[in-house]
Amino acid sequence: MTDLAISPARSQRRTGRIALRWLLYTMLGLFALYYLMPLFVMITTSLKSLEEIRTGDLVALPREVTFDAWKTAWSGACTGVQCDGVRPYFWNSVLIAVPAVSISTLLGAMNGYVVAQWRFRGANIIFSLMLFGCFIPFQVVLLPMARILGLMGLAGTIPGLIFTHVIYGIGFTTLFFRNYYVTIPAELVKAAKVDGAGFFRIFWSIFLPLSLPIIVVTVIWQFTQIWNDFLFGVSFSQAGTQPITVALNNIVNSTTGVKEYNVDMAAAIIAALPTLLVYVVAGKYFIRGLTAGSVKG
Amino acid sequence: MSPILEINNLYKNYGAVEVLKDINVSIDPGDFLVLVGPSGCGKSTLLNCIAGLEPISGGALHIGGRDMTHVSPKDRDIAMVFQSYALYPTMTVAKNITFGMTVRGVDPATKERKLAQVARQLQIEKLLNRRPGQLSGGQRQRVAMGRALVRDPKLFLFDEPLSNLDAKLRVEMRTEIKALHQNLGASMVYVTHDQIEAMTLATKIVVMKGGVIQQIGTPSEIYNRPANLFVADFMGSPAMNLIPAKARSNGEGTRIEIARNSGKPIVLTDARNRGLPEDVILGVRPEDIVEPDLRPGRYVQEADCVVDIVEPAGADTFVVMQLGGRQVTARLHSETAARPGNPHRLAFDLGKVSYFAPDTGQRLN
Amino acid sequence: MTKWLEEHMPKMVLAPSFIAVLIFVYGFIGWTAWVSLTRSRLLPKYEIEGLIQYERLMRSPRWDMAMDNLFVFGALFITVAMALGLLLAILLDQKVRTEGAIRTIYLYPMALSMIVTGTAWKWILNPGLGIEAMVKGWGFESFTFDWVVNPDMAIYTIVIAAIWQSSGFVMALFLAGLRSVDAEIIKAAQVDGIPTWRVYTSIIIPSMAPIFLSAFIVLAHLAIKSFDLVIALTGGGPGYATDLPATYMYAMAFSRGDIGQAASSAMIMMMVVFAIVVPYLYSELRAKND
Repeated sequence: MTDLAISPARSQRRTGRIALRWLLYTMLGLFALYYLMPLFVMITTSLKSLEEIRTGDLVALPREVTFDAWKTAWSGACTGVQCDGVRPYFWNSVLIAVPAVSISTLLGAMNGYVVAQWRFRGANIIFSLMLFGCFIPFQVVLLPMARILGLMGLAGTIPGLIFTHVIYGIGFTTLFFRNYYVTIPAELVKAAKVDGAGFFRIFWSIFLPLSLPIIVVTVIWQFTQIWNDFLFGVSFSQAGTQPITVALNNIVNSTTGVKEYNVDMAAAIIAALPTLLVYVVAGKYFIRGLTAGSVKG
Repeated sequence: MSPILEINNLYKNYGAVEVLKDINVSIDPGDFLVLVGPSGCGKSTLLNCIAGLEPISGGALHIGGRDMTHVSPKDRDIAMVFQSYALYPTMTVAKNITFGMTVRGVDPATKERKLAQVARQLQIEKLLNRRPGQLSGGQRQRVAMGRALVRDPKLFLFDEPLSNLDAKLRVEMRTEIKALHQNLGASMVYVTHDQIEAMTLATKIVVMKGGVIQQIGTPSEIYNRPANLFVADFMGSPAMNLIPAKARSNGEGTRIEIARNSGKPIVLTDARNRGLPEDVILGVRPEDIVEPDLRPGRYVQEADCVVDIVEPAGADTFVVMQLGGRQVTARLHSETAARPGNPHRLAFDLGKVSYFAPDTGQRLN
Repeated sequence: MTKWLEEHMPKMVLAPSFIAVLIFVYGFIGWTAWVSLTRSRLLPKYEIEGLIQYERLMRSPRWDMAMDNLFVFGALFITVAMALGLLLAILLDQKVRTEGAIRTIYLYPMALSMIVTGTAWKWILNPGLGIEAMVKGWGFESFTFDWVVNPDMAIYTIVIAAIWQSSGFVMALFLAGLRSVDAEIIKAAQVDGIPTWRVYTSIIIPSMAPIFLSAFIVLAHLAIKSFDLVIALTGGGPGYATDLPATYMYAMAFSRGDIGQAASSAMIMMMVVFAIVVPYLYSELRAKND
């Protein structure tokens, strides 16, 4: 019995399989369109002139590409009383994010190190209490935080926002580092103790050099959270110190003047660029950060 | 010569659980002490206490004549080699070995000199710039020893250093450790669960069970005169035969009667040991049950035994029979005429046996 | 002295963060809870008056709307996002050649601020200039898609935008879960002649139960916290049609100067989150200790 001939049933199955494959790719492609469409619309709209927007089609490419909307968005759009564009607020976000990310990451590293490798009585309870703090809806701390910031003289200031983001970021950063440091064998610490190294020496010489992967994950996660934050930004800032998310919302929802949709879109893209860029460049670390806490639990 | 390590009445608790009870050991300079016992017997805990990595709950510990009970590990003048080697993964071999000196602030010239000396001793000169991840198991073991050697300590501590190696490598490294001990004349405390390692490496063995020392002695003492049933069973491979028997004094000595489920009991006369209680457990090693003419001796007694299983094993043949309700193994030569199901004449060397009380397990003779 | 310092250094390093969490998380929750039991208006008062704020909350039609919206939004958002995420994960699990690129595309919305998402979808759903206008332009003169300004349908626009943002994340979770199933079990099933779809429904998906739970917890959490998205997309409107507890709380705290209401609504949000997250954490911790 030769099996050189392909029986009709088998060729049917083969075409069936190829058809399924085509269906698969079509579906994947359709969904890709679904996810990309808003980004596409944002970009094309930002490059159109206002008349074209009014007369044209949502998904049509711009007939005439203009960057006027971008110029306005960056330096001329009105966020309430001032019309300086998003530029000053972009820098506010940078001034808030960079220190907040650095400090919360550093604190998370030291805390994770303690909880993972220096067990003492109650360490686990302390860790659980800190972890629970990640899950609370921040509405429940808004009011008292506003009061405390006022008392500390930090109301409406950039340092005040940095302080807030650090405090509420510690839970997550500690979790990330602790889960990572737990996988480092305890015998390493013992050997270092016999060699005479103390608490900080062991961290500096042994743990820190091993930490690059988790530092990247933590920094990306924290940066995304803090840059994209709106609630703390809108609650604890004032006219000059608002982050870009607040400014964007003001531009889009301002009731004065003509609605310049192209400027809105340009401003939105500017606001989204840093985190989008981070995602595209270091995306897999971002995903690792998202799934690390959830899948392992 | 004062002892290099002296442990007096050491107790260790974890909360309410007593992990080490009344430990008393001392060793002289140049000794190779092996702590051996089953998992959970407390040997690693004891080693950690000697190192200062665990605090002790009671008692005192002296190293080199000084009271180290509350001293931190780095000041105890010890070095430790771990089961997983615990090499610093991001440092080169050279940095791994000199890390301790760097922490202590030793000058670069001395560090270089000591590193070169140790590297030569362990033949790892070519590996100095590699990272631990690039080394084989045996090479990592050597680097771990190098890190210990370079400290020039009073005491070397080994925590099951060979458990992670495959059988062949284990035998090689065992010989290397023994050679190191002989060449350096260093004092070593070594933890293992492998009783063969214990017997080959030690000058002194501590057998532990449940946090309590069962026996301290030289390998020969432990092997030939085990202090209780546990030590008798644990040390030696194949294990010592432990046969329930009845003893009765008579004119020539003691009449030892071993029951058999098929036929008459075996009767042996022990001319050497007297004053035994009626119920005993007779401990006799397989190599002390032999072909009759092969071992002359005053205390050798013969009996016919029905053989159940014959296991050829190269140079020896192990023969298994039922005596006193237990499976008893004899080690015969490879050309033995013993056959399964047939009775065979065997000689029992009663000059080498041990007697234990069935209830307490303690040695009687 | 230094020996004591060395011994207690770990505790001392952890202490500042722990104390901060005690004050700024648990202390603040306590403060908010306290204030929710008072008659505070513009400024906080500290005399306990009982549950009057909660009674006012229950009687407020705006709060009613907000809670209704939360359940509608929450239920739809969670089920559709999980279903979509599962579907996409299964599709991507089929050894697709461009998997990396496709995953990047499905996931990038998670990197965006919800304000950006809300702004984009607000534009897309704009009745006069967005999808409605586009479809009309294609010739379907009677097509209407004015949900954004329709009080009855506005909440569904929030659902659409939220699903767009978060389904990629659910997909990533499920994909990791699908792949963590022991390959040998699947091979055994295939040798047994079980068709691929059956392998999914009878073997793989049931073994992913813990991941479903994780996804549910994260999505529920996102739903309850949804504030940015609503503000950007509809501003809570038209009227109060898309109000959620989060926007209600904010309005009470900062626009209406009614701190008592703000505190009580925040506490309700807290308790809803609690009711979902605590059993989950508890069962996780118990599972680890068993």
